[in-house]
Amino acid sequence: MDKVLMSHGGGGSMMQSFISEIFIEKFNNEYLNQMEDAALLPGKTVFTTDSFVVKPVFFPGGDIGRLAICGTVNDISMRGAKPLFLSASFIIEEGFPVDDIKKIVGSMVDAANEAGVQIVTGDTKVVEKNSADGIFINTAGIGILPDGAYVSIKNGKPGDVVIVSGTIGDHGMAVMGAREGLDFDPPLLSDVSPLNKMVEKLMALRDAVKILRDPTRGGVAEVLYEIAGMSNVGIKIHEDKLPVKESVKSACSMLGIDYLHLANEGKLVCVVDKDFAYKALEIMKEDKYGKDAAIIGEIDDSGLVTIETVYGTNRIVDRPIGELLPRIC
Amino acid sequence: MQGIINTAKELIDRYNTGESIKIMEVCGSHTMAISKYGLRQILPPNIKLISGPGCPVCVTAQNEIDASISLASQGVTIATFGDLVRVPGNDSSLQEERAKGRDVRVFYSPLDALDYAMANPSKEVVFIGIGFETTIPSVAMTIKEAYTKKIKNYSVYCLHKTMPKALEALVVNGSDIQGFLLPGHVSAITGSTIYNFLVDRYNIGGVVSGFEATDILMSVVMILKNLKDPKIEIQYKRVVKEEGNTYAQRLMDEVFEESDAEWRGLGMIEGSGLRIRDKYSEYDAEKKFKIKKPNSSTEIKGCRCGDVLKGIITPKQCPLFGKACTPLNPVGPCMVSSEGSCAAYYKYGE
Repeated sequence: MDKVLMSHGGGGSMMQSFISEIFIEKFNNEYLNQMEDAALLPGKTVFTTDSFVVKPVFFPGGDIGRLAICGTVNDISMRGAKPLFLSASFIIEEGFPVDDIKKIVGSMVDAANEAGVQIVTGDTKVVEKNSADGIFINTAGIGILPDGAYVSIKNGKPGDVVIVSGTIGDHGMAVMGAREGLDFDPPLLSDVSPLNKMVEKLMALRDAVKILRDPTRGGVAEVLYEIAGMSNVGIKIHEDKLPVKESVKSACSMLGIDYLHLANEGKLVCVVDKDFAYKALEIMKEDKYGKDAAIIGEIDDSGLVTIETVYGTNRIVDRPIGELLPRIC
Repeated sequence: MQGIINTAKELIDRYNTGESIKIMEVCGSHTMAISKYGLRQILPPNIKLISGPGCPVCVTAQNEIDASISLASQGVTIATFGDLVRVPGNDSSLQEERAKGRDVRVFYSPLDALDYAMANPSKEVVFIGIGFETTIPSVAMTIKEAYTKKIKNYSVYCLHKTMPKALEALVVNGSDIQGFLLPGHVSAITGSTIYNFLVDRYNIGGVVSGFEATDILMSVVMILKNLKDPKIEIQYKRVVKEEGNTYAQRLMDEVFEESDAEWRGLGMIEGSGLRIRDKYSEYDAEKKFKIKKPNSSTEIKGCRCGDVLKGIITPKQCPLFGKACTPLNPVGPCMVSSEGSCAAYYKYGE
């Protein structure tokens, strides 16, 4: 590899090896090496950062501003922590409409209010026309881990149960549809939402909640592979248990894309002790963003990520590589 | 769902003679569906489903990829379908060319590529036309529309291939296939009568199949039922008619004419490709940019995609499979393409 490719940012296995080889090996410290969505620092502080480059900037169900807040709030939440303060940095291309920035900032304020976080610092840069694509936003955030919680991607054990908090692939397909002019009936909206309130309620189960991960780029499939790899376990999921909207299913079938690879921005994958699985499911279902939550599988010791199909056969779950490309015919 | 599968299993058992039976699926989407639904686990061991040359990316010859890459380096905008961007040529791929700053864009439909050309009159947009009868009519439509609207900055590098001659080449070359799962999407355009030669000349039957697990299993049942008295039948009746889509056929015929074509793995097959008719020659990128294909296909050492495409070996019998060749670092096109049989075997752990 002598040039960076789009696939290196696609959230799949190419991005994972790129990050490990280029960044982790060099930056190399005990906090970064946790390889979690957010770093757990001394004093139970949790810290994370994320950049947002979505195209189109306004998409069905949200925009880059809401995404920038929810993404970082959710990354902090995925350690079981309560998000408190965020930063917001803007890189804006010359010529970008000021009215659009005002709309984006309005969405950021609404999302921050909903999540109960404050944007306390920031930065603005304007770059020459054609040296960026409209607007890029970076947000960083800090939060505090409650007592009794230890959520980590390394916690999975055979017998634990895997739950997903709602329908899979809504954000990825809504954005792809908006970009490519696909119409859905009823319209398909992004699920972009802050999940911290749901996580806060889940954390009442304390260390029974073992792993939380938001399946953004790379989708649920990539998260399952990350869990299997980092916890050194296998995972078996069941196709008939996966919550997926019919519109997403048919668009995937038309384009030859696996919905398990599509990005989600308002869903989480939770690994929980089996004795608490139904309680966790109930907590999720009571939350407005968790109504379609479902138990989708269980951890095993196979070392593989497999799916039992609706036909009763078993196969490996396809791990995403990088850029999602539609099939030809 | 399980009930339908059980019924299919019972029917397969009823018509199964126990002898070794090879059924070839010639469509990449069938290949993926078979692996994705784990259908080989349902079939008895003597019935083998083997993959044929129906993945458009896989059969695109390497020198055609090289020619597309060279076109990208001339400063034109390359418009292409899906995963063709990842297929390695001799030294590079369209994906790598894009990273070097060449203008390579993925479109979901050729009509979007034409729209892009119309919205960007200062750019020369070349659509890389690959695929079979499924995609050919929509590419023909862009050429006709560009002609009517006098669009000057759009053209097509025509690498299209047609299915029947390739099937015949396989059969003539002595494959021991007892039945074909015929491509559903292609047949929606062509109809099913184009396959009658398989029965008439070679006494081999086939079934035009849909893409759900139950479609494929029922098509296998139909093939087994007719083994002694082969027929061409349509299982995918909800989409495919015997006469096909006559409007799309006329459109194809108006814009394209038959030519010879080189298939990766199968070599040159007479009359199995298309070229743009003289009337539309200003939209023929090969003429417009005087494309010279590099000398024919120096296939990558050790890669046995050609034998996989002919059904001679299964992907796992290739020495590179899963070692030097994986979806992350594909050596050959059967591992690159989302419809490739090696990718299907690898991704779904078969």
